[in-house]
Amino acid sequence: MMPEISLNVLDVAQNSIRADATLIIITVTADRKKDTMTIVIKDNGCGMTKEQVTHVLDPFFTTRTTRKVGLGIPFFQYAATSTGGNFSIDSVVGEGTMVTASFILSHIDRMPLGDMTSTMHTLITLNNRIDFLYTYTVDDKSFTLDTREIRMILDGIPLNSPDVSNYIREFLSENKQEVDQGIIL
Amino acid sequence: MKSLEELKAIREKMQNQIGLRNEAEANIRVVVGMATCGIASGARPVLNALSTAVQEKGLSNIVVTQTGCIGLCQFEPIVEITEADKEKVTYVKMTAEKALEVVEKHLVRGQIVKEYTIQNYIK
Repeated sequence: MMPEISLNVLDVAQNSIRADATLIIITVTADRKKDTMTIVIKDNGCGMTKEQVTHVLDPFFTTRTTRKVGLGIPFFQYAATSTGGNFSIDSVVGEGTMVTASFILSHIDRMPLGDMTSTMHTLITLNNRIDFLYTYTVDDKSFTLDTREIRMILDGIPLNSPDVSNYIREFLSENKQEVDQGIIL
Repeated sequence: MKSLEELKAIREKMQNQIGLRNEAEANIRVVVGMATCGIASGARPVLNALSTAVQEKGLSNIVVTQTGCIGLCQFEPIVEITEADKEKVTYVKMTAEKALEVVEKHLVRGQIVKEYTIQNYIK
């Protein structure tokens, strides 16, 4: 098990990177009235066949050759379903994959969301060729970071250059603070 | 809300500088394993510490990147340092603090931190 959900997000997004995605859409939505938290990771990578989709939930399936187990998806699924939530994967070959995990917010077995700012900062600054669309919503407040928009303004300056990298970290953490008012999800 | 306006100022500042980081010129590669095994054992803070320190120190000949499973899951988080004409150095069971020490000693001064290398764990 991962100690925080944000690490599951980082791990599953790594699958999208391996699938040659050029755009990865990550949304985190918490609704305290409905007592739910939903996380969606959607990419435009190579996708999977129906048969592969049924296999990825099996910990003894992986496309890697370095070892024989693949625990990323089973970990994420377990984290969601053990709180009474749901987990699903939809994939179309050539179009991409969407992973959806929903959690019961108040369930005692729900891991904390953890440091989403670090997860997004790591993904964005280490994958200069991939665009990310990140939306973070708590109740009725929300913010979005779209690297395509940032790239347009920057006009060729890479996202991993020090000033831009710092800006992205500040953008993520300040806007998160404003959306959730510092509550720990 | 933090706005995108500030980015325009960064762009103007950067466009006046020449010699932006070019990965092709980098002759030292620092690679962090970021598969499930690495992430679960704490690769994210290690990677963050490395890339921040390399940026802050302006080590423009060094590129910090990520890879998948290196195949030694029990030793994660793993950091590999590859330099032209030198043998690859594999650091295992890393933490953010150890990573900063590696930056200071290995990347800045060229001294391998032997106690964190894999040889120190498998002998």
